[in-house]
Amino acid sequence: MVSKPHGGRIVRRVLSKKTKERILGEVHEYPKISVDHSKAIEIENIAHGVYSPLTGFLTQDDYLSVLDHMRLTDDTPWTIPVILEISRPDFSEGDAILLYHKDQAIARMHVEDIYRYDKKEFVEKVFKTRDANHPGVVRVYSMGDYLIGGEIELLNELKNPFAKYTLRPLETRVLFKERGWKTIVAFQTRNVPHLGHEYVQKAALTFVDGLFINPVLGRKKSGDYRDEVIIKAYEALFRYYYPRDAAVLATVRYEMKYAGPREAVHHAIMRKNFGATHFIVGRDHAGVGNYYSPYEAWDIFEEFPDLGITPMFIKEAFYCKKCGGMVNAKICSHSEEFRERISGTRLRTMISEGIQPPEQMMRKEVFEAIRSFSNPFVE
Amino acid sequence: MGDEKESKYTTVSIPKPLYEKIKARIEGTGFTSVSDYVTYVLREVLASLEEEEKEEVFSKEEEEKVKERLRALGYLD
Repeated sequence: MVSKPHGGRIVRRVLSKKTKERILGEVHEYPKISVDHSKAIEIENIAHGVYSPLTGFLTQDDYLSVLDHMRLTDDTPWTIPVILEISRPDFSEGDAILLYHKDQAIARMHVEDIYRYDKKEFVEKVFKTRDANHPGVVRVYSMGDYLIGGEIELLNELKNPFAKYTLRPLETRVLFKERGWKTIVAFQTRNVPHLGHEYVQKAALTFVDGLFINPVLGRKKSGDYRDEVIIKAYEALFRYYYPRDAAVLATVRYEMKYAGPREAVHHAIMRKNFGATHFIVGRDHAGVGNYYSPYEAWDIFEEFPDLGITPMFIKEAFYCKKCGGMVNAKICSHSEEFRERISGTRLRTMISEGIQPPEQMMRKEVFEAIRSFSNPFVE
Repeated sequence: MGDEKESKYTTVSIPKPLYEKIKARIEGTGFTSVSDYVTYVLREVLASLEEEEKEEVFSKEEEEKVKERLRALGYLD
């Protein structure tokens, strides 16, 4: 059987049609607050169990416990505060409120806790820096001064242009069971696949029953690949190079925090909830700039003997002219002059100039899939 | 603040020779105290025990519904 959900059970906080209709008929009775797109996505993730065992946004005790100990108050490993911030509360603890995105009611929340928090402490503990140039830090600095904690119930989902590819933990678990997979390795990505990715994924797949490629879709930085490009590129790779009975492609909506090591553990927990038993942790996983050392995200896993998902640390791959194939530093004895490393920046430049990258960097079919878009990059 | 911190921990007794053995074992490792080490080991043991108690997280009815959607999306034949 696949991984046990984090905290023991898959959380489901989606209201039945009948209850939803009743609440939507009484919206005027509830205080309302607005949430942005990324927060609305977090609400969906809570409601569908991607963040199990969370049933809502963190209350103060859990928030402080996550900051200080990287665990919830019940000792469950949890590294990223899942919080809801507001500027000023005009409701009280004990109230039920509605969370809106634009003019759509997204969820009902039972407010258990309203508290102030120290933003500098937050960023220092989560991002290990106070530098306002860090994208996660700047976001925290712009947040409201209060946090509200409590359970949520999903009323409506956001429009999802990639619904066909979006599977929830319950669905992947049934899928893995149907495929007869007992061990599954998950790979998280926000990039189009190059040969280095393929090497790492297939190296991992060698030791388990199934490979779960789980790209994160959501707000991105300028210059990142667009969501639809990532999907199409992976579809091409799957069509021509992956065994159909041993690999699955499904997406999850999620906004990167760029919290490096802490976020690597968070990503592993999410995939555990999807049913994965193993998780590939990349070099500088969830990093940005030079805020984290290249393998810091590997070391943090030593602190969680009870995580319930096995991290797989595979060094980055490169092409070795002497070996005559894709290898990594652990298995190649040749010097740097024989190694051709895959540079994401160089790939981007080649793709934007319409130049086919060499075959030891990117599959021709993947390149063609990317090139079918007039502009594959986020403006 | 100090009291608040203390309330998150409790004391467990272990035999002194065992304490000394652990103390010697953790020298030069990343563990800074016997308590840290014991916490680590207990978490590991409990997690592996829980792992053995796996049970299905969905009902038969839910499973059939999900399968229908997976077929419609092309994930299942």
